Amino acid sequence: MSVTKRKAHEDAMTYVIIGNGVASIGAIEGIRRHDQNGRIVVLGAEDTAAYGRPLISYFLAGSINADQLSLRGDEYYAKNGVELKLGTTVTAIDIARKAVTTDKGETIAYDRLLIATGGVPFIPPIPGVQGQDIYSFTTLAHAQTLIELSGKIKRAVVIGGGLIGLKAAESLFDRGVAVTILELAPRILSAGFDEKAGALAAGRLKKVGIEVNCGVTAKEIQRGKNGRVKGVLLTDGRFLECDVVVVAIGVVPHSSLAKEAGIKVERGIMVDGKLMTSAKDVYAAGDVAQALDQLSGEHRVVPIWPNAYNQGYASGRNMAGAKLPYQGGLPMNSISFYGLPTISVGVVNPPEGDKTFEVHALLDEAKETYRKLVFKDEKLVGYVLVGDIDKAGMYTAFIKFEMPLAGEAKDKLINAGPEVFLWPEKLFDESWNPAPAKAAR
Amino acid sequence: MKRVYPDKDFCIGCHICELACLTAHSKSKDLILAYTVERTGEGLSSCKHVHEGGPTCVALSCRHCDEPACVAACISGALQKDSESGRTVYDREKCVGCWSCLMACPYGAIARHPLEKKIVKCDLCHDRPGGPACVAACPNQALKQEER
Amino acid sequence: MLFQPINRNYHDFSIVRDKDLCINCKVCIRQCSYEAHFWDESRQKVMHDNAKCVGCHRCEAFCPTSALLIQKKRSDFRDNALWRPEFIKYIYKQADSGGVLLTGMGSPVNIPVYWDKLLLDASQVTNPSIDPLREPMELKTFLGAKPVKLEFSKTKDGSPKLKTRLTPNIELNYPLMFSAMSFGSINFNLHIAMARAATELGICYNTGEGGLHKTLYQYGKNTIVQVASGRFGVHRDYLNAGAGIEIKVGQGAKPGIGGHLPGEKINAMVSETRMVPLGSDAISPAPHHDIYSIEDLHQLIFALKEASEYRVPVSVKIAAVHNVAAIASGIVRAGADIVAIDGMRGGTGAAPGMIRDNVGIPIELALAQVDQRLRDEGIRNRASIVAAGGIRCSADVVKAIALGADACYFATAALLAVGCTLCAKCYTGKCPWGIATNDAKLAKRQNPDVAAKKLVNLVHAWGHEIEEMLGGMGLNSIESLRGNRDKLRAVGLSDTEMDILGVKHAGR
Repeated sequence: MSVTKRKAHEDAMTYVIIGNGVASIGAIEGIRRHDQNGRIVVLGAEDTAAYGRPLISYFLAGSINADQLSLRGDEYYAKNGVELKLGTTVTAIDIARKAVTTDKGETIAYDRLLIATGGVPFIPPIPGVQGQDIYSFTTLAHAQTLIELSGKIKRAVVIGGGLIGLKAAESLFDRGVAVTILELAPRILSAGFDEKAGALAAGRLKKVGIEVNCGVTAKEIQRGKNGRVKGVLLTDGRFLECDVVVVAIGVVPHSSLAKEAGIKVERGIMVDGKLMTSAKDVYAAGDVAQALDQLSGEHRVVPIWPNAYNQGYASGRNMAGAKLPYQGGLPMNSISFYGLPTISVGVVNPPEGDKTFEVHALLDEAKETYRKLVFKDEKLVGYVLVGDIDKAGMYTAFIKFEMPLAGEAKDKLINAGPEVFLWPEKLFDESWNPAPAKAAR
Repeated sequence: MKRVYPDKDFCIGCHICELACLTAHSKSKDLILAYTVERTGEGLSSCKHVHEGGPTCVALSCRHCDEPACVAACISGALQKDSESGRTVYDREKCVGCWSCLMACPYGAIARHPLEKKIVKCDLCHDRPGGPACVAACPNQALKQEER
Repeated sequence: MLFQPINRNYHDFSIVRDKDLCINCKVCIRQCSYEAHFWDESRQKVMHDNAKCVGCHRCEAFCPTSALLIQKKRSDFRDNALWRPEFIKYIYKQADSGGVLLTGMGSPVNIPVYWDKLLLDASQVTNPSIDPLREPMELKTFLGAKPVKLEFSKTKDGSPKLKTRLTPNIELNYPLMFSAMSFGSINFNLHIAMARAATELGICYNTGEGGLHKTLYQYGKNTIVQVASGRFGVHRDYLNAGAGIEIKVGQGAKPGIGGHLPGEKINAMVSETRMVPLGSDAISPAPHHDIYSIEDLHQLIFALKEASEYRVPVSVKIAAVHNVAAIASGIVRAGADIVAIDGMRGGTGAAPGMIRDNVGIPIELALAQVDQRLRDEGIRNRASIVAAGGIRCSADVVKAIALGADACYFATAALLAVGCTLCAKCYTGKCPWGIATNDAKLAKRQNPDVAAKKLVNLVHAWGHEIEEMLGGMGLNSIESLRGNRDKLRAVGLSDTEMDILGVKHAGR
């Protein structure tokens, strides 16, 4: 691979990106689509190049090596003309002077700034939660420590039965640690999945020997005299002996920098249709941003990987002057539990009693397959697949392209599954077989 | 870039493109061995899939989108856009089999490998001298590779 | 295999599947519209039913591992010069059905092919041959009436001016046309292909009796529109859409009877174009009910000329039958600008086998006689002659022109170019090659882009060969060959045959 030579024009733009996750990668790729010469500075608090954050569970489980974590490879930054400053935390943003200051005392001026600081794990105020032996399992560093510990520890308690919690449990279990999951809700995976899908996943975990406790959580984390964790006292009075606790209740937008700079923040940093914040030339993307959600039309924080990349990409293009609106994000999760693949996209748990939604669910417990389709206004707005996920993308198409599905077409989708011939003719032709350009004829 | 465009008006549903794809991506480069030994034994699969609905059929595979949803969704960096060729490239070694791409691709162009936690996706036969095998094999010119 | 009619196993073909090569990929199953190949669930492999095979070779052509061989079934009845196997099978079939035996394509029966008994001349020494790659060679052909003589007047500045009024002619870059195959008997994809190919080549194709779809009017300059006894799809715009109009009186494959398009082949588009109800049989009467004499024909010819304002020539197509020369004379005298003669080996989408194989005469004899008769009567210039029915190659074209034809129609060769294998099951509507079918799933097997290219290639190839043969004879224009029977010699023909053909025996 050759390193592209870039001329630094005097009028070249300086793009500063705070954060070195997937949104940051998206932004680099978005910028470079339009601007080959601009200076790009990426400031990352962690000391590694961008890695696949969800990969840390694979890493912990031992199914991949450390060198497989990198998202784009070693030459990527040089090839794309990116100055990467790792182990660097931004301490302040000065939107008036258009500059950021780092913990290294450096001040970097920007023409365009992207805040892609992601989320921080939410740590509930449980007594004993502060101190050693508590992990949030959201960074590579935590995974590395857990790997080192895994030979020495016998039992772990995972607080939180969401995606991160379950994957953490699974990978710790694969390292030979006995794991118990605590979930306050009556079932695991309550956010992205429904009861039946959650039950199938729970079944798979229980089958291999991971204990799943629902409707219960930690009341207190008890520590010994040496300060090390001894165990967890549950809300139902039980006591679970353990060596480490993984807190995986969720992440909250890491928006403090923006807030301090006077940028408008609600749940996350508010952005407009082009992902610009309330401050001119300052953009936000990824888990920190409160951006357009395609289905609801509202601005929401949806901290999922594809949204982060897409927002990064769209903000990058807009920072480079493309003036393209962000299409809006779609909640989607794909995750497997001991070989049982599950996928959920869009609205999967419509409000109870809301008659405007129509749900078709099909469960086959013997085959461990489940399919749930959620319709609204003669359109597919969400689905869950467990076990048989091969046609997932084709279902996604109906949601993403908001294809009308009335009468026979809807029946076909429900009874025979998604099929490209259910697409409107025009969309099909434009997508698959567009008319050749006049010049090419 | 030159992409492969399927013409549903003249796709006759013979599935020969699938066989050509299978052979092109086999070790033996021999249809009989590819279909009997490698397909059943090693899970060798075609990247091309003929979809059939009544009299209509069409052979689909990865569109190599300008802004691929699969690349956005890929957690391992196994799927990337190659800025020089325009292809959406897949690095089998990096893939962890999370199926995020399969979920995100609205064109249904990504399939699970039948035996391994890897995906199967069109690579436009970029290292094949005659171009995509499916295009070369189509007996009715229902697949064309061209600049559009 | 129990419980079946006793003659079921007397089928014509056997499918031979090479066990080492067959990979059970099912391509053959998908290609066979007669369901001869099938997936056997219990055996988990592709199997076949020989009795269903029509010998179209589609599976053999498509088998990606060349595992299939289609053979004639090697079961023979006891030799009998009279009761040949086909007659035995006809009887079994009719004893079962009580019906007329239907068939398609041209007659396979063993009547003499005179093209094979005629040989061409070549120049040596005295009249040097011409190399078409180095010297101009003219294949351009004009169809229509020619004046007896040309008269000129002088303009004021003394330059000559043509005084004779010329009648409309069809201009062809090659002495070739795609003969009439109706939309319905073959599908729209092939009509587009023929229209595009004819346009690219600068020749004509003939609509056949099924009308012309509006979207094909753009190819009108290269279209001959046909008017047959059923008058399907005939209206003012249609008559004015082409470069010529042809009255179809007869067809070589089935002289004396009209066309029959079964209702199953009449889909919405065919119905609209033919102006007949959806799904109902379109049956052309045996005669034109307004033609019972040469005078009636004269009326119809001029009615069509009136309708098209005398802008295009009118052709009359007849089957080659016993008194063809006298009939052709009458046709020319009735005002036709072109006489098309269709020999008994001409193809058809559907005809009773007995008629196809037993009625009419070969085109070579008919053509020679018609040309001679029109010359003898001094009216040869009043009409062009188009020979049809069994033109297989460029040499046949050259021989036909030497026998007196102005141009040749060819259709079976055109269908072969796009894949036809002469299985003769056109009447079933299930043509596995996507030709004689309007089934959407089968018809799309003919991609007009591919088919048009093949047709163009074929005519280009024949054109080159015709030029080579002309050059070899020392001729540089197809016009110099017309009716030039001295360029032909016969081998192994009787005096009578040679007399009819107007040629000498080889060696003379």
